[in-house]
Amino acid sequence: MIVTLAFYLFALGVLGGGLFTVLSRNPVHSVLFLILSFFSAAGLFVLLGAEFIAMLLMIVYVGAVAVLFLFVVMMLDVDFAELKAGMAQYMPVALAIGIVLLMSLGLAFGDWQAADGAEAARAAVTPEGVENTAALGLVLYEQYFMIFQLAGLILFVAMIGAIVLTLRHREGIKRQNVLEQMWRDPGKAIEMKDVKPGQGL
Amino acid sequence: MAEFFTNTNLGIFLLIVGQCLLIIVPLLVALAFLLYFDRKVWAAVQMRRGPNVVGVFGLFQSFADFIKYAVKEVVVPAGADKFVFFLAPLMSFVLAVAAWAVIPFNDGWVLANINVAVLYVFAFSSLEVYGVIMGGWASNSKYPFLGSLRSAAQMISYEVSIGLIIIGIIISTGSLNLSNIVYAQQGDYGIFSWYWLPHFPMLFLFLISAMAETNRPPFDLPEAESELVAGYQVEYSSTPFLLFMIGEYVAIVLMCALTTLFFLGGWLSPIPGLPDGIFWMTGKMFLVFFIFAMVKAITPRYRYDQLMRIGWKVFLPLSLFWVVFVAFAAKFDWFWGAFARWSVGG
Repeated sequence: MIVTLAFYLFALGVLGGGLFTVLSRNPVHSVLFLILSFFSAAGLFVLLGAEFIAMLLMIVYVGAVAVLFLFVVMMLDVDFAELKAGMAQYMPVALAIGIVLLMSLGLAFGDWQAADGAEAARAAVTPEGVENTAALGLVLYEQYFMIFQLAGLILFVAMIGAIVLTLRHREGIKRQNVLEQMWRDPGKAIEMKDVKPGQGL
Repeated sequence: MAEFFTNTNLGIFLLIVGQCLLIIVPLLVALAFLLYFDRKVWAAVQMRRGPNVVGVFGLFQSFADFIKYAVKEVVVPAGADKFVFFLAPLMSFVLAVAAWAVIPFNDGWVLANINVAVLYVFAFSSLEVYGVIMGGWASNSKYPFLGSLRSAAQMISYEVSIGLIIIGIIISTGSLNLSNIVYAQQGDYGIFSWYWLPHFPMLFLFLISAMAETNRPPFDLPEAESELVAGYQVEYSSTPFLLFMIGEYVAIVLMCALTTLFFLGGWLSPIPGLPDGIFWMTGKMFLVFFIFAMVKAITPRYRYDQLMRIGWKVFLPLSLFWVVFVAFAAKFDWFWGAFARWSVGG
């Protein structure tokens, strides 16, 4: 009973969050609703027994990606009137794309054939006596080790690419040398002068 | 009677509510006295008396402060986004308290003994950044907004190194369950079996990162009212501000509890033969809090660029190197198996 209630609560959170992400007038509110949507999705994962994925969703999407979104949206200078004008103009195209997507989803799921053992595999996700995280680790590092590492490598290359594209070394400006600052001592920075009265330096 | 609490829906619900209250009420009462203790230590270091008027030795100062905050008028800035403005302090308080659900206080004394407890705590402490960002943005004022961006960047930066340090602990234990992490530190040598010895440098990195993560001095840039016009909470008054402050302190005590669980053996007794128990856990948490209070009293505040430099250029490489080192030490059983305690976790 409680599980069913929790499911409907989280499902409502996902759908409502998604709906208001699109409908909100204020982009910051949109991001906040998106966060609600992510959070509810994590709740659904917990109900499915995939705690590890739920926590990763919270840490990666809610804790990092959405913060980035929020930063960008807050900094952006958005012209709302222009956005709304655009919305009316592109509405028919957007609706058409939405209907096509919905129909292809309907086609895909309407003709869905489950394999013989699929139901049992879904009911018991992890092997007997192995906890969620360990089971996932075994799959990733024993069966799909190469693919997993290659995916990491691709991300790494993308990261280096982003850094190379944005890094520029400007000449002729003052830079901070932290080590030099730390090793500075009064002996190098201060000079004692014995100033006689009435003479000055 | 016992069946009512274990078998019926209402009974289970009441039981969980009771257990939650059993954690929250002592936590908040202890927090009142920890705040008083914090101020007393600070005062003692500066050779002042500290709070000494309300109650015997000023013991009720925190309660007087609470009443003062609660009865003041709530001021909402003009043009503020009202809903988000009040949601922000609530979020920062609720999330800080919610993380306590998985903290074990003694052998089996834990509200939710889940297998991903470490990730749960980490997820909730990474959500706390929203209280800061939303508070700063909703105030509709430039100083809180800039302050919130500053604090958010600070919290995110140090989360990275905290995460890497925790990975080292997890590699040693082979489990994400906080109780298992404490069981793994059980040994014949009492205090020398705990993780602070094999993971020695990380204890300091963790403590310093925890201070930065919870905006404690010497990284308390949101409180730098003289040079930076404070931070995200400038426009807040009365109870919303109180919620921000309590949330911050609950997060600090949570970090004390995590340090105790990860490095100082949780509820285990430091001397072999003495009984383990909750008094060891609370005693160690109190000790760590004392360190936090002393650091607040004796260190000057860091500059913002220094703060970022330490986080990204010193702590991150060090903790990353440590993860690699611990992985090798655990795999090849260096140091007489001090790094591989997999008999508990799996």
